[in-house]
Amino acid sequence: MFKPIYSLTALAVAVSAPLAAHAADNKELTEIREQIKLLKDHYESRIQALESRLKETEAKTRTAEAAPEAQKTTAVASAPAQARQAPSGNNTFNPAVSLVLQGRYANLSQDPNGFAISGFIPGGEIGPGERGFSLSETELTLSANVDDKFYGQTTFAVTPEDEIEVEEAYIRTSALPAGFSLKAGRFFSGIGYQNEQHAHAWDFVDAPLAYQAFFGGQFGNDGVQLKWVAPTDLFLELGAEAGNGANFPGTSRNKNGANSGALTAKLGGDIGSATSWRVGVSGLRTHAESREHTQTDLAGNDAVNSFTGKSRIAIADFVLKYAPNGNPLVTNFKLQGEYFRRKETGDLTYDSNGELTLAGLGAANTDAYRSNQSGWYLQGIYQFMPQWRVGVRYDRLNPGTVDLASNAANLDAPGFKPNKSTIMFDWSPSEFSIVRLQAARDRTQADATDNQIFLQYIMTLGAHGAHKF
Amino acid sequence: MKSISPLIAAALLAATLPAHAALKVFATVPEWGALANELGGDKVSVYTATGPLQDPHHVEAKPSLIARARTAQLVIATGAELEVGWLPLVLQQAGNPNVAPGKPGYFEAARFVTMLEIPTRLDRAEGDVHAAGNPHIQQDPHNIARIADALAKRLAEIDPGNAAAYQARYQSFSSRWNSAIAKWEKDAAPLKGVGVLVQHRAFPYLSHWLGLQEVAALEPKPGIEPTSAHLSEVLALIQRQPVKMVIRTAYSNGRPSEWLSSRANIPAVVLPFTVGGTDKSKDLFGLFDDTVQRLLAGVK
Repeated sequence: MFKPIYSLTALAVAVSAPLAAHAADNKELTEIREQIKLLKDHYESRIQALESRLKETEAKTRTAEAAPEAQKTTAVASAPAQARQAPSGNNTFNPAVSLVLQGRYANLSQDPNGFAISGFIPGGEIGPGERGFSLSETELTLSANVDDKFYGQTTFAVTPEDEIEVEEAYIRTSALPAGFSLKAGRFFSGIGYQNEQHAHAWDFVDAPLAYQAFFGGQFGNDGVQLKWVAPTDLFLELGAEAGNGANFPGTSRNKNGANSGALTAKLGGDIGSATSWRVGVSGLRTHAESREHTQTDLAGNDAVNSFTGKSRIAIADFVLKYAPNGNPLVTNFKLQGEYFRRKETGDLTYDSNGELTLAGLGAANTDAYRSNQSGWYLQGIYQFMPQWRVGVRYDRLNPGTVDLASNAANLDAPGFKPNKSTIMFDWSPSEFSIVRLQAARDRTQADATDNQIFLQYIMTLGAHGAHKF
Repeated sequence: MKSISPLIAAALLAATLPAHAALKVFATVPEWGALANELGGDKVSVYTATGPLQDPHHVEAKPSLIARARTAQLVIATGAELEVGWLPLVLQQAGNPNVAPGKPGYFEAARFVTMLEIPTRLDRAEGDVHAAGNPHIQQDPHNIARIADALAKRLAEIDPGNAAAYQARYQSFSSRWNSAIAKWEKDAAPLKGVGVLVQHRAFPYLSHWLGLQEVAALEPKPGIEPTSAHLSEVLALIQRQPVKMVIRTAYSNGRPSEWLSSRANIPAVVLPFTVGGTDKSKDLFGLFDDTVQRLLAGVK
């Protein structure tokens, strides 16, 4: 019941410490002593603690007298016990919360609703998005150690259409020995370089064309991932994944077992103190069952086709970062490129008007389908002065060979090579905010060049984001 | 198959156990690497994650760092959110639970010193403020002494076989360090009360130790690049409150302080800030020798 008095007294001592250099404070010290005397009758043991505190305060007062100019600092330093126990790291709030706000303005010379990548079966979220002002996904991320053995993280994306998507939600082991870690849940696959990055960490407004063509933007699914880091000075990380493969280029299949599998290998290191690099190779295998897409047939109809079969993708990626003396503060440069090759084998069902089940209204034809397609992009980002960066990217896709068997009578075999050139400027006044201007010439269709201009902001609230390599 | 698995097991064991090898230390910044070398000598093998010309706030979780953290037996960090942008990610990806925060293999220097500039308001509009206080604790040699004491104990705890060696090296370091402090404090007496400008709020511990008066910072807010408007304000301010010099770290962008130096006609002094920041700061003793000498040259 004396606790409030003690706290008050302690507070008075602490607060008065820096001021005690002034003569008037002797009176306060006397008062404190009187209070202590009063309380002594009741609480002998606690008094001792308070007395020692008083001594400490007096000692500080002497310091303050000796160096009056340092008063402010001493005032701050007068809570050392508190400082030592101050928690640090991302668990200051448990869990760590971060919110990413993104919005943009787009000026597109072509109707985005007509977007297609010539010669590539579409899937996922592709295209430049809406014209005019629009909100991009608002991302809310919560993360924390679950206990001493597990870590958990989830990212909810609130879409501009007011839907909430679980973009990622996974747990990961934190106590496995010998460089192993196991992740389970929904996550972006570790294949390639950019695939694991959330959209707000990209250097351009949109995903490279190859990501759009082969993954519908980005590949993630529900599954497990095992990673192992080698005990070597050169960074070597091997990974294996198994998942439900429910997203493009796979589909959900209502089957037991895994519907997607991936293997990844990454190697990285430094060249001197100024340059860091990482190279990787990875492969992804998924299955699709009745994966539908709309395609204009030779007669000009909007045919609805569906593919059943397997899709195998191999990726080679590299990233190289340079900063003078390894200090990216003033200037730095980043070069990044990825090469993709995808083989799809299975059956394609062609349906001239998408209603094959209604007898007589359409012509459906199922036959073998085999494609071997590739694509790549190369991008360079240069920070030419603090806070300001400029970047260029070139995208190119090769429709390769597509064997349609008897469906060649209905559908065109692709010949056009889609490509895109992009330039961007961004300004980042702190590591929590980016404002970006981007211009692109998009030639994904032979007869329609889309000139695109984007203005975008990305702002982060809450937990300090990780500086991912 | 049966004959292969023992081989694999042996290979894995050989790879993971650094038998009779030196204790592998992963230091986030050069000062802790240097301190580990002082206390560990040939009993430790130290890897320093960042160089003296790198801003330790702005480092990425590079592959090389993950690889080194994977095999480290002791991680020495500053803490107080100095490495918040990259160290948690490095440790997370390294898959090495022995050096996870909270384990004996994870040592945080800021836990052992009295923090300055603990913010009363946590708001990013105030710039890059750290909840635990200013993390540039290595600028006061008394802090180094406290951390050395704690680190020597930690080394002995992790590597009990060499406990006596660590203790002996600590005793030797401690006595040399204390006499060095006495000398620095004597030499630096003319610096007491001297008004200075700082580019980044990187020096509160140095100013506190030597009694320098930090009149203003060139950064309008911690971690925010100096703007011309703010520099003009600083110029106006030092007309009323004269300063002797403008100081910055070896890794800072030199332009703002050089600009101010030429306008205000005061020297711009580059301090090593950490071991290796200047040619003369080859070890911890050199760091403070050079820091004091450069400041003294600034007031002449």
